[in-house]
Amino acid sequence: MPLILIAALPFLGALLPGVMIKAGRNACAWTTASVTLAALVGLLVHAPKVLAGEVIHYRLDWMPVVGLNANFFLDGLGFLFALMILGIGLLIIIYARFYLGRQDPMGPFYTYLLLFQGAMVGIVLSDNVLLLLVFWELTSLSSFLLIGYWKHLPEGRQGARMALAVTGTGGLALIGGMIILGQIAGSYDLSVILTQKEAIQASPLYLPALILILIGAFTKSAQFPFHFWLPHAMAAPTPVSAYLHSATMVKAGLFLMARLWPVLAGTDAWFVIVATTGLVTMVLGATIALFKDDLKALLAFSTVSHLGLITMLLGFGTPFAAVAAVFHIINHATFKAALFMTAGIVDHEAHTRDIKRLGGLRHLMPITFVIALLASLSMAGIPFLNGFLSKEMMLEEVARTRLGIPLLLPLVVIVAAALSAAYSFRYLGHVFFGDEREDYPQTPHDPGFGLWGPPAFLVALVVLIGLFPAAIAGPLVAASAGAVTGGDLPYYSLKIWHGFTPALLMSVLAVMGGLMLLLFHYPLDKRWIATRRPEAKVIFDTVVALCVQVSRRITDVLHPGSMTRYTAIFAITVLIASAVAWNSSTLAAPGRELLPVGMVGVIGWILIVVSTGILVVYHRNRLLSLILLGVTGTIVSISFIYFSAPDLAMTQIAVEVVSIILLLLALNFLPKSTPAEGGVERHLRDVIIAGAMGIGAMILTLAIQQSDFSQPTISAYYLENAKTLAGGYNVVNVILVDFRGFDTYGEIIVLGIAALVIYALTEQLLGGRVGRKLADRPHDPTLSGDLHPMMMVVATRVMMPLALMVGVFIFLRGHNAPGGGFVAGLVVAIAILMQFMASGYDWAIARQRFTYHGIIGLGVIAAILTGVASWLFGAPFLTGAFAYYKLPLIEEFELSSAMAFDLGVFLCVVGAVMLALESLSRLARRKDDRTRTHPMDIDPSRTEDEPRPVPPGTAPAEAH
Amino acid sequence: MEYLFASAVGVLTAGGVYLLLRLRSFPVILGLTLLTYAVNLFLFASGRLTLNLPPVLDSGLSGYADPLPQALVLTAIVISFGMTAVVVMMALGAWLITDDDGMNMTGEEAPDRASGPHDASEDRR
Repeated sequence: MPLILIAALPFLGALLPGVMIKAGRNACAWTTASVTLAALVGLLVHAPKVLAGEVIHYRLDWMPVVGLNANFFLDGLGFLFALMILGIGLLIIIYARFYLGRQDPMGPFYTYLLLFQGAMVGIVLSDNVLLLLVFWELTSLSSFLLIGYWKHLPEGRQGARMALAVTGTGGLALIGGMIILGQIAGSYDLSVILTQKEAIQASPLYLPALILILIGAFTKSAQFPFHFWLPHAMAAPTPVSAYLHSATMVKAGLFLMARLWPVLAGTDAWFVIVATTGLVTMVLGATIALFKDDLKALLAFSTVSHLGLITMLLGFGTPFAAVAAVFHIINHATFKAALFMTAGIVDHEAHTRDIKRLGGLRHLMPITFVIALLASLSMAGIPFLNGFLSKEMMLEEVARTRLGIPLLLPLVVIVAAALSAAYSFRYLGHVFFGDEREDYPQTPHDPGFGLWGPPAFLVALVVLIGLFPAAIAGPLVAASAGAVTGGDLPYYSLKIWHGFTPALLMSVLAVMGGLMLLLFHYPLDKRWIATRRPEAKVIFDTVVALCVQVSRRITDVLHPGSMTRYTAIFAITVLIASAVAWNSSTLAAPGRELLPVGMVGVIGWILIVVSTGILVVYHRNRLLSLILLGVTGTIVSISFIYFSAPDLAMTQIAVEVVSIILLLLALNFLPKSTPAEGGVERHLRDVIIAGAMGIGAMILTLAIQQSDFSQPTISAYYLENAKTLAGGYNVVNVILVDFRGFDTYGEIIVLGIAALVIYALTEQLLGGRVGRKLADRPHDPTLSGDLHPMMMVVATRVMMPLALMVGVFIFLRGHNAPGGGFVAGLVVAIAILMQFMASGYDWAIARQRFTYHGIIGLGVIAAILTGVASWLFGAPFLTGAFAYYKLPLIEEFELSSAMAFDLGVFLCVVGAVMLALESLSRLARRKDDRTRTHPMDIDPSRTEDEPRPVPPGTAPAEAH
Repeated sequence: MEYLFASAVGVLTAGGVYLLLRLRSFPVILGLTLLTYAVNLFLFASGRLTLNLPPVLDSGLSGYADPLPQALVLTAIVISFGMTAVVVMMALGAWLITDDDGMNMTGEEAPDRASGPHDASEDRR
């Protein structure tokens, strides 16, 4: 199976649980399991090659320009992790089926779980660090959903938020570190980065990159001082804890350190930071774990401790330590996931996880007891179980490593190991041994196979690896450790008996110490409870509260809900930024010959300045300002045609018409004048800002006009090739529908969306209180009763065919002369609008054959089909083609694919403009409007004896 | 001529920005439209001003106006219509629902009342 499919399967499968839950909880669980199983089988197919040391690649170029490719690779390390993620994932899915209660929604749970699984597999298979980062963030997000799965529990929500805040912050740091690393190595591909050890370690940016990457890894793997989120994440359902917080997500940080081990490890900085952090975490986690009464909290802190152990091993930087680290990753995943599942079983059966309320369970639930016994003895490091082997290797490495003063490291590690043994024994002693009690919240007994099967499978592995390490785990350890060290492996042997070594002595000391600690647990626990300790959650909450306060201060100033202030801030920012840019750049010498000042120019200038001036001064009179806006817009259109842009002029004038109609429609509802508001200072401030902006715009425009282009523009290409490549003479139109057709394609879609937004807003308004109010509003007697004057009705109907023909004409000539789909669309829309205005909404809508939504959709489809059609000829999307034809009687004409595309543009524009205006005019309709059947106030076809209809509003008494 | 053009762009910009800073939605929409004119003219002029040289291929012409800014501005005009329409609809909806066409949040929603609460009933007809 291609690697990308292994990573993609869980994501695709995440769609299924939500559907399958309709078929029952079993179907849902089995579907989820089969997805994971399929991915697992796909992975195992590669096992022989990977275990033989081969690396499997899958390359998919996505954005090669920025080095972002969907490249995957599978080596020993990736295989090990993918195996754990998918294998334990499968067990967890089965376990969760029986763990989740009737009231827990199962569909979302499995969806989140599969999303998480896909993200994790993505991390371990990525060959591109940027891709890895994407997956990294996805694990943070999906684990947020999983931790907060029980939304009704405040602990769940807080724990999820804390985990997201910590790992998300770490993710940000990691992004920085990875990008630095990629910059040093000159590639974002891991397989390239991993070969650049000398360059990376010699770079002055090595230390910043290292620290940033380690922050990412430490937050994810709950290393001190970021360890505090993991215990709080225990608010998640136990399957999640067993999966994320023992076997997979918290190991992602370790994976990253192992993955980058070949290039980052081996320096003093690496040794000091990583080994020390690991050591501190190990001791701290083990100490706290011993005194936790919540089973899951105990396991959480023990996980913190073991992650510290592995981090420390990776920090040593020696190949032997790397082997030990990899081996311990395997072992820890097996026994810790099993332990979490037994804790879940106890919780599920006894309805409590409080150790002080438990005890004596060994006779009540013998199967669970055996599983817990083997798993926790493995955690304590007892021989014939796998935990012993890797701990032994760890101790062997510790015995020959020096950190600070001699013997310090071994002594501290023995203490940590003793603490570890102690809490493992406590898990057994205080939960399963001792006397049976009477006061369990519910008398526990062994659960069904669904719950104990998965941990039993893991414990079988614990024992098998413990007994036959070389046979069972040997190849996997060799392959993955080889991938970590990136070279030859040191001598090591996976066996139980190594003779009387210092490691064995330390191991014995640790186990004895553990027993002693458990013996004195009661007095120690009292002392522990009595001491005041810094509470990580309190510190975290304080920091978060502080951040919130600071950001609130800032947003209170910048974001007070005053749109006017935003605009002012924006304008001032633009001014400052432009001033900086202006002063720090060099302007070309003003050498361009300017155009002579003509009469038309002067008149246009006077008109535009005067109309804008009056508009601004008298803007409180809204109708007047609208008329003046029309004047300004018209002059703008005229200036376009004056300065050789006929297409723009046509578009502008048509848009002007529809805009003014639109604003008039709106003004129908809005107040007719703006009240005088704001003091003199406000007006002065606004005048200064606006004046500065205006002067700035003027200077900039002038500066551009006074000099020629500093570099040749691409317009020359368009001018040269419009005829030969696209077969059109009107270069502007050719650019729109051919050269830059894809842009236009996007633009018509935006236009269509805007129209649909307006439609949706109207529907919303009409459906509610406002709609009823509008429909019931009384007629305004001051308005003319002559709503549809006969002159206008007749004139517009006569003009309709002519206007449509003009539209068609403009459309057809577009490719070779000013015109095209945009203008034609606007012209046709105006032609239809005239009917609406003259004959009324109901009359016009009754003759409307097609919905405007449909027309928009048809336009987009026409554009798409034109684009897709070029695929049939093996050309890229929207490649143009054209030919000239000659028919008798008419001149030679052209047919081109661009015309079909332009038709799409045309339809889209017609639909969008009409939908927008029709929506607005629907607001204006009153209830009784719908009763009118003919467009004119006087029905021309009436007979004399019929009563004359009364214009609405003039005689309200008769109308009702 | 370029001086006239540039100063017209300046006037449109200044007028647009001034209206954008008003407190009611309708003048703000007008300001937006004025600013659209200014920006479109500015973009169009980045191809330099020419007289009587439309970019329609013709063997009789000595040269052509820059077609690229024209193509850009053409779509900009149409899109800005779409944008104006949406803004108008939003302003209208806000007015119809709340009977208030003020641009700024007032009351409890707004933590800072520097702009001063205005009387929404002032201009009801």
